[in-house]
Amino acid sequence: MRFLLDAEQRAFAASLDALLTAADTPAVIRDWSRGDHASGRALWSRVADTGVFALAVPEAYEGLGPRPVELAVAFVELGRHAVPGPLVETVTAAVLLTGADPGTAERLLPGLASGEPMATVATKGAHALDGDAAALRISWEPGRIRLSPGHGPVRPSLDPARRLTPLLPGGDLLAIPADQALTWARLATAAQALGVGLALLGRTVGYVGQRTQFGVPVGSFQAVKHRLADARIALEFARPLLFGAALTMEPADVAAAKVAACEAAYGTARTALQLHGAIGYTAEYDLSLWLTKARALRTTWGDPGECRALVVSAAGDRRW
Amino acid sequence: MDLAFSPADEAFRAEVREWLHAHVPRAPLPSLETEEGFAAHRAWEAELAADRWSVVNWPSRYGGRDSGLLRWLLFEEEYWAADAPGRVGQNGIQLLAPTLLDHGTEEQRARILPPMACGEVIWAQAWSEPEAGSDLASLRARAVRTDGGWLLTGQKTWSSRAAFADRAFGLFRSDPDAARPHQGLTYLMFSLRAPGVTVRPIARLDGKPAFAELFLDEVFVPDEDVIGEPGRGWRIAMATAGNERGLMLRSPGRFLASARRLEELWRRLGRPASARDRVADALIGARAYQLFTYAAASRLLDGEEAGPESSLNKVFWSELDLALHETALDLLGPEGEMADTDWAERYVFALAGPLYAGTNEIQRDIIAERLLGLPKGRR
Repeated sequence: MRFLLDAEQRAFAASLDALLTAADTPAVIRDWSRGDHASGRALWSRVADTGVFALAVPEAYEGLGPRPVELAVAFVELGRHAVPGPLVETVTAAVLLTGADPGTAERLLPGLASGEPMATVATKGAHALDGDAAALRISWEPGRIRLSPGHGPVRPSLDPARRLTPLLPGGDLLAIPADQALTWARLATAAQALGVGLALLGRTVGYVGQRTQFGVPVGSFQAVKHRLADARIALEFARPLLFGAALTMEPADVAAAKVAACEAAYGTARTALQLHGAIGYTAEYDLSLWLTKARALRTTWGDPGECRALVVSAAGDRRW
Repeated sequence: MDLAFSPADEAFRAEVREWLHAHVPRAPLPSLETEEGFAAHRAWEAELAADRWSVVNWPSRYGGRDSGLLRWLLFEEEYWAADAPGRVGQNGIQLLAPTLLDHGTEEQRARILPPMACGEVIWAQAWSEPEAGSDLASLRARAVRTDGGWLLTGQKTWSSRAAFADRAFGLFRSDPDAARPHQGLTYLMFSLRAPGVTVRPIARLDGKPAFAELFLDEVFVPDEDVIGEPGRGWRIAMATAGNERGLMLRSPGRFLASARRLEELWRRLGRPASARDRVADALIGARAYQLFTYAAASRLLDGEEAGPESSLNKVFWSELDLALHETALDLLGPEGEMADTDWAERYVFALAGPLYAGTNEIQRDIIAERLLGLPKGRR
C-alpha cells in the first residue's frame, strides 16, 4: 500500500501543465466558443502527442492502456487549464469501442489513441458535446452504439466553451458497447472538475492577496479566509477519492469521486465568484472560463443525485 | 500508486478480526462518561492489553506490537467495524504517548507507558483554562520552582475524562516574564489525586460528566514529571495538538463504521428517499477520509512530517461526524429524541467535534494562512 502518485506520474502531470501553461488556453477557449476550432485543434494535437487519449485504448489497438490512474492525472491538468473540446467524449468513445467486434475496433481505435479524429458521444435523447468539431459521432443507445451520420444545430451551453449538438438518427450499427465506458466518462469528468476547482482556488487566492479594501488585502479578512479554507478542504478530500476510484474502477467508487470532485469544484466556483466580486461576473475576465465549466461538469455524465444513488445502491460494487 | 495491502498485512488484519470477534462484548458497555461505564471500559482496556491489542503501534517493550502505521490503520478499521467499545484510554494513548515517545526520557517511557497501555492509569487532558481555549498560549496556571520539582497553581477546565481519570498532562506558565506568551511554558504531568488538586466534574449537554474543572493549589510535581526542557513546552504541545487534529486520534475506521451503521439504519427504515443523498454523502465522506489518510500515511512513511495538513483533517472529520449523526437522528424521527440510545450518545459526542482540539474557525485560519499563504489578519 503506497497511495501516492509515483515520480513518473508526477512528471507526466508537470509536463502537461507546462505545455498547457505555455499554450495560452484562455485565447484558445475563446476561439473555440465562437466556433473557430483552428487553435483548439492545434492544442488538441499537442495534447494527443503526450499520449493522453492512448491511455484509454488497449495496447492491442495501438494504445497505452488501460491506464485510468494516468488518465486521471492528465484530466486534472486538462481541467486546470480549461482545455476545450470533447476530451471526455473521445475517451468514452474509445472505451465503448473496445467492446466492438475486432474489425471495427481495429479500424477505429488506433486513430482515437492518437487523438485524431476527435470523437463525441451522446446517450439517447441527449446532446453531444462539440458534434460540429468531432468527426466520429457515436449515438449510445441501451446495449448498442451507432455511428451517427451527422449533427443538428449547435446550442450554447452555460459554459460557452461547450457547444452542444443533437446527433442525427440512424447510422451504421457499430457494435455492443463496453459497459465500463460510463465509468471512464465519469472518472475523466471528475478529474477534469478537480482541475477546474484547483484552478479556481489558485486564481482566487492570488486575487484576494492583491486586492485591497479598507486599506488591507481582502484575503486578510477571516470571512474570506474561511470560504477559501473550505474550498481547499473540499478539493483535498476529493483528490484521494478520484485516485482511489482510478485504482479500482468500481462504478460506485467512481460515482463517489464524481460527486465529491464536482461538488468541490462547483462550491469553489461560487466562492471564487463571490470573492472576486463584480469583475468575476464578467465574460471578459478569464475567471469566467473556469466558473462556467464547473457548473457544466456537475451534471454531465451523471448528475450528483444519480451518482449518489449509485453509491447507496445495493447492486453497486461498493466495497467500503 | 497502490491500495493493496501485503499478504502479511492482510494476515494481521485477519488476526485482529478474529480476536475481536471472540472478545468484543455482545452488549454495548455503559457510557464511558459514567462511573460504572468508566470502570467497564477500563476493564476492556485491560482485556485488550492482555493480548497486546491496546497499543499495536507502540514498541513491544511498552506493551505494543511494533506494528507500524499501516497496521495501526488496519487495526483501527477492524476495531470500529467490529463495533468495539470506545477507548477510555485514548487521551493518554494517542496524545501523551506519542509526545513521550518523541520528547520524553527513557525513564519516563518505561514508567508511564506500560500502565497506560493496560488501563491501570487513565489520563486526562489539562489544556484549556477559563480564559485560554483557542488562544491556548494565553494560559495562566503557574508552575513555580521548588526543591526537586514544581508547584502548580491555577485552574484548568474542559478536561476530558478528568471526572474519573487518574492523572493529567498539560502546559503551565513557568516564566511569567518571558518576552512572548508562547515562551516560558512547561509541559508537566500530575496526579489527579495529589494533595492540592480538586476535581469538579462538569456535565455536558446530556448531563454526563464528560469533562471536569481542575483547581490546583500548590500541587507538587517532581522534576521527573516534566516533559522536555522547562520553558520549552509550547513546541512539544503543538506536536500533541497535531496528533489530536490529525489521523492518530480520529482514525478513519471509526467514521467508515459510523457511515455503514447509518446506511444500515436507512435500509432498515425502508430507504426513505428524503435522506438518500445525506446517507450517500456520509459514505462518500468517510471513504474520502480513509483514502486521504492512506495518502497521508504514505507520505509519513516516506519520511515527511505531518505539518498544518492536520487542520484539514480536523475540520473534515468533525463536520462529517456531526452531519452523519444529525442524519441518523433525523431518520429516527421522534425516536431520535430519546437520550438513552447509542445514536444519541454518539450524536452528543459528535456535537463537540467542531469545538475541541482547536475550534474549526482556528483550523480554517491555519489552513488559509499556512497552506494557502493568505496574509495574517485580525481574527
